Amino acid sequence: MEHIGTADWIWLIPVLPLLGAAINGFFGTRLQRRFGEKAVHAVAILMPSLSFFITLGYFIRLMGLPEAERQLLCHLFDWIHIDTFTVPLAFWFDTLSAVMALMVTLVGTLIHIYSTAYMHKDTSYWRFFSFMNLFMFAMLTLVLGDNFLLMFIGWEGVGLCSYLLIAFWYQDIDKAQAGMKAFITNRIGDFGFIVGIFALMWALGGGWSDSGFTLVNPGQLTVVFREVQQYVGSLEGATIFGMSVATFACLCFFWGATAKSAQIPLYVWLPDAMAGPTPVSALIHAATMVTAGVYMVARLNFLFAMSATAMTAVALVGALTALFAATIGLFQNDIKKVLAYSTVSQLGYMFLGVGVGAYWAGIFHLLTHAFFKACLFLGSGSVIHAMHHAYHKAHNHDDDPQDMRNMGGLGRHMPTTRWTYLAACVAIAGFPFMSGFFSKDEILWKAFSNANTLVPGWILWAIGATGAVLTAFYMFRSYYMTFSGTFRGGAETERHLHESPKAITVVLSILGVLSIVGGVMGLPHLWHLPNWLEHWLAPVFHGSQALVKWGEFTHSTEWTLMLVSVLVAVTGFLFARMLYRDNRSEIPARMLKRFPAIHRVLYHKYYVDELYDATAIAGSVGLAKVSDWFDKYIIDGIVNLTGYFARFISWLHGLSDIYLVDGLVNGLAHASGAIGRWLRGWQTGRIQTYLYGVLGGGLVLILIRFILFD
Amino acid sequence: MIIGLPHYLIVAAVLFSLGIICVVSRRNAIGLLMGVELILNSANINLVAFARYVESGISGQVFALFVIVLAAAEAAVAMAIVMAIYRHLRNIDTAAAVNLKE
Repeated sequence: MEHIGTADWIWLIPVLPLLGAAINGFFGTRLQRRFGEKAVHAVAILMPSLSFFITLGYFIRLMGLPEAERQLLCHLFDWIHIDTFTVPLAFWFDTLSAVMALMVTLVGTLIHIYSTAYMHKDTSYWRFFSFMNLFMFAMLTLVLGDNFLLMFIGWEGVGLCSYLLIAFWYQDIDKAQAGMKAFITNRIGDFGFIVGIFALMWALGGGWSDSGFTLVNPGQLTVVFREVQQYVGSLEGATIFGMSVATFACLCFFWGATAKSAQIPLYVWLPDAMAGPTPVSALIHAATMVTAGVYMVARLNFLFAMSATAMTAVALVGALTALFAATIGLFQNDIKKVLAYSTVSQLGYMFLGVGVGAYWAGIFHLLTHAFFKACLFLGSGSVIHAMHHAYHKAHNHDDDPQDMRNMGGLGRHMPTTRWTYLAACVAIAGFPFMSGFFSKDEILWKAFSNANTLVPGWILWAIGATGAVLTAFYMFRSYYMTFSGTFRGGAETERHLHESPKAITVVLSILGVLSIVGGVMGLPHLWHLPNWLEHWLAPVFHGSQALVKWGEFTHSTEWTLMLVSVLVAVTGFLFARMLYRDNRSEIPARMLKRFPAIHRVLYHKYYVDELYDATAIAGSVGLAKVSDWFDKYIIDGIVNLTGYFARFISWLHGLSDIYLVDGLVNGLAHASGAIGRWLRGWQTGRIQTYLYGVLGGGLVLILIRFILFD
Repeated sequence: MIIGLPHYLIVAAVLFSLGIICVVSRRNAIGLLMGVELILNSANINLVAFARYVESGISGQVFALFVIVLAAAEAAVAMAIVMAIYRHLRNIDTAAAVNLKE
């Protein structure tokens, strides 16, 4: 057993935001009424930032430790204890969860600050911050939990907060429905996650025999990640449903990840999730929650590496999603929709990375993506904020402030937003030396050179590279449509456009800078520079290192591929620049006329929503209708018939009651009454009357005595 | 003429009958009580007579003494009731004291 240091205060990292959520949740209305919005966001910002500083402190402590001992454990108490099976309530701060927690708290705090300006004057200001803090708690529990159950609590918690925040403006039925869609889709995935946990747990503890399940290794019945990793060797050869347990469990976990991280086939909720306030989209649906699936796969690298099938599934689904979502993103007009599909696509790259066994590359892309996508979302939020404001001032309530066709030329009015958006665009498109370039290139190279998946590496690479062209294209399309050319929303509106408040621009600037320089975490080996992140994460992925195999390729191949990546990015950029730079090019319109079918299919997102509506949803609605009919006519018929029969019996019973039983009872009463009335005559109250009675009675007794006994 | 048991019994019967008549016919509560005394004393005569002629021993006499004591007690209680009735109704006519009828 390797040495694990202890750290008593790690639990504060998730609990502080929970405290903030509780304060705002319980006292938010009163705080806001008495002290204004300041009091609400002071608490809400303080808690995550404290978490950030604690995380930073432990991170620094972790850096000071020798490489093999870089993990800290905060064991609070044993939560569940059944025989030999123990679930501790413990937080595990190893190198992987450390970088994740650092990213989550940093980006989370920044987005909280941003939200103070974005949500200004919202009637439910306190509710927003309460939910945001609750989300931070859930996400940090997910990241820091040292066992499956804690991770699952966080996993469910972030899903709940996602639902609460997507449907934040619940008075709007569309937004409320988007929230429900997200929640239900996530539940479908969570089912897979639970099954995966159970499968893994029981397979570790025992096995199937002819008489059913038997506990073979009770000591190995565990859900703690470290111990699972320790015992995972015992799964060798174990099968379930005709496949190895590792494959089955991994596929179940990945099923959960497809819902949480919006991959094919369960990605449909993410684009709709844009109904929530933009800071929510940035925090939950770009930077943190949706990456939970990637984190989970990386966390379980030792398990996924055991199964080539599972790795192939992850890599292939990731690559296909990357391409698929990118094509949908090409022609969306809603600025947030473009970013939503971009997020789906980028998550695909991360899965491609962790799927081929380059776990650190997946995490690398996760981190850089968190910076540039948060920056993009917050930039779009700044734009929407300004557009909304300007429309409001111009008394225009009909046009959509999120539609890029109404924008254009915003760069002149909003310089900070424009430059930060551009920085993030450059980063995501993968221009050389930008953060996205290093991470995406690393993933594509690893995909190309991997020898683990059942699909040849170059196919995965080709899919990913094609997606990269499209990524560059649609990102710059959105940039040009928004910020360059002339404004298309009317002169009156344009007069009211202005840059967003400080809270927004400062956060944008920080994230913009991080988008550009974030890549220094993982510089390529090819350049003979130290790769800090890979080195840092190496202890975590130690368990899978022996299982992951790489093909032999020369440096020149790698150089070539890197060059192709750059060309890919530039190609996409140039196309977008040519077509959308000043919005005067007629080529898009002509193309639209030439290939209407392609545009229609892409614009309608391949009709996947419609397909799901027609199959899964129509199916369940149909089933509901059939059940309803059955309920109405068969069940209700039987019930009603029974009812009528019972009423008939009751009627008969009632008759007998009225005439027979009541007759008897009443008759008796009447008789008593009559006798009583007659006897009352005897009761005069005069003592003489009674004495006559006594006397008469005595005489009668005497008479009887003589008559009968003599 | 030898006075025997039948003579005593006849006297007692007469006294009893007079008592009964007194009790049932008098409407004055005091008179009513007097009737009751007659009845009790007729019973006393019977008791001592039977004790003298039929039984040997003193049980008859003791019984009679008890009845006298009892009659005294009864008269005291009854007089108290009559006084209460009088205070309440300013009258001791039994026909007036019919409040407990119902």
